[in-house]
Amino acid sequence: MDAVSDWVTEPLRYQFMQRALIEVVLMGAVTGAVGCYVVLRGLSFIGDALSHAIFPGIVIAYLLGHSVFIGAMVFGIMTSAAITVVATNRRLKEDSAIGVLFAGTFALGIVLISSTNNFTRDLASFLFGNVLGATTNDIWVSAGAGLVVVLFLLLFHRELLIVSFDRVAGESMGIKVFWIDLLLLLMISLTIVISLRAVGNILVVAMLVTPAATARLLTDRLPVMLVLSSAIGVFSGIAGLFVSYHADVAAGGTIVLVATGVFGAVWLFAPETGLITGRLIRRRIGDELGEESSVLFESPQILPPSP
Amino acid sequence: MNSIDLIGGSATQHRVEDSLLVSDLSVAYGRRIVLRNVAAEISRGQAVGVVGPNGGGKSTLLKAIAGIIPSLGGDVTLFGKPIAGQRSRVAFMPQREIVDWEFPVTAADVVMMGRYPRMSWPHRAGRRDREVVEEMLDRVGMLEYRDRQIGALSGGQQQRVFVARALAQEADVLLLDEPMTGIDASTQEVVMGIIEEQRQQGKIVLLATHDLYSASCACDCLCCVGERAVSFGPTEQMYTEETLTEVFGGPVIILGQQSESFEEGRHGYMPGRAAHHEHDHTHEVHG
Repeated sequence: MDAVSDWVTEPLRYQFMQRALIEVVLMGAVTGAVGCYVVLRGLSFIGDALSHAIFPGIVIAYLLGHSVFIGAMVFGIMTSAAITVVATNRRLKEDSAIGVLFAGTFALGIVLISSTNNFTRDLASFLFGNVLGATTNDIWVSAGAGLVVVLFLLLFHRELLIVSFDRVAGESMGIKVFWIDLLLLLMISLTIVISLRAVGNILVVAMLVTPAATARLLTDRLPVMLVLSSAIGVFSGIAGLFVSYHADVAAGGTIVLVATGVFGAVWLFAPETGLITGRLIRRRIGDELGEESSVLFESPQILPPSP
Repeated sequence: MNSIDLIGGSATQHRVEDSLLVSDLSVAYGRRIVLRNVAAEISRGQAVGVVGPNGGGKSTLLKAIAGIIPSLGGDVTLFGKPIAGQRSRVAFMPQREIVDWEFPVTAADVVMMGRYPRMSWPHRAGRRDREVVEEMLDRVGMLEYRDRQIGALSGGQQQRVFVARALAQEADVLLLDEPMTGIDASTQEVVMGIIEEQRQQGKIVLLATHDLYSASCACDCLCCVGERAVSFGPTEQMYTEETLTEVFGGPVIILGQQSESFEEGRHGYMPGRAAHHEHDHTHEVHG
């Protein structure tokens, strides 16, 4: 028992671990909730694109000595607007346009950061996260941005639900679909900014997709899915952080690995829909049917014709 | 002949304050003009069947009236005022194919979406909303399936849920896009019954369908939307070989006589043809 509590309390003696813990909890909760819409609307690719397109914004702000957060937001807004506008063109293949856009901006970020002296170290911390280096300021920024995202999800819950499920009906009810789409992309951008410290640029998309996809396997109700997904995000963050501390491996990667592990377990063992549980259920139903039919065979029941 | 100006139903008693008025409505996708100067006047208590071949513009007409797609020109007014400011009075039921069936919502959640225009910000569901949802689910015979995920229902059941959503909007104008496609006979009966009921309550119903026969049974006016012509008028006048041939751009054979029963009419119906059924404004819809 002592060993277990030591396992948890020992790392928390350090302030950098306390800050990291708050940071991953915030990140897990917000990515989990927003991720539900990423998964349900099939926006994984766009989420990935956004996280890459934000990269040069971060680098420019860093080089100029401004807040990384502001740089990321400016590029996030520009990219969200570009994607939403491009998506309104019926003929253009959306995914190729986005592919061109995000690969180009990402390359710009790499070229810019290669001009610094600490090229390798800086690049690594942007790409893979550095949650142990989270400052108090980072935490406040994450908390503020997270609050904005959560408020948006709560206040526009019904619009998001209708537009995600049945766009045309939403439009006919007077919902401004374009603005809801744009706002959703902006919230995804904000979420990516929150996650940069914890898991870095490359793995953000995993935190947007994996907890939400896991939650979807467990429920058919959107509100339940939002809560479950956030819970899985928070759990992955905390568990990944502690495991990485004790195993002395990268925190960001470990957090994503935990989330992936939870997804795998649910995929196999989810009630009714899991690969293994589903098979067991089918076998049991098959057995029951077998018994019933043998009974019927012994004493067939003939019903009188209904009047 | 690209536009016809006809007044439907009993032409003399029309009043603008009681009508949905479409004048000179034109719609294009890119350079392709789909609707050209369409005009129609539909009063309270009338049901209009929007019929025509695939790609002719049936859906387009409904969507233009619903304000989902922009029109090139023309006016749509409802009860004497532009329809743009009265969205909550119009309920639009889209075609089934465009919905994501894997989405985690239940039948009751879907019907609740219809209450959105009636909710004020931040759109929390109240007691009245829940009552209406129950009532409409019951009306289409889906109350016992209220907690089923929408994709776990059969096609006919899904269609009923969508009809219930349109009803839950408590709108004055119902725009139903292909409500009869791919559904079983009992669901068709439910939909026909609802159209009749809505008419009696003084609502305006527009029903886009490629099933000429059910349109002629349920509706007192037909709006034929074809590639070459749009024409609008009372079912008795429109449901003739000449008009339908004009609209469908090919031979249309109307089967059966005036005295035929519904069942015989249905058996006589063939794709690309039309069966005729004696029509009057008060007849009961039956399956």
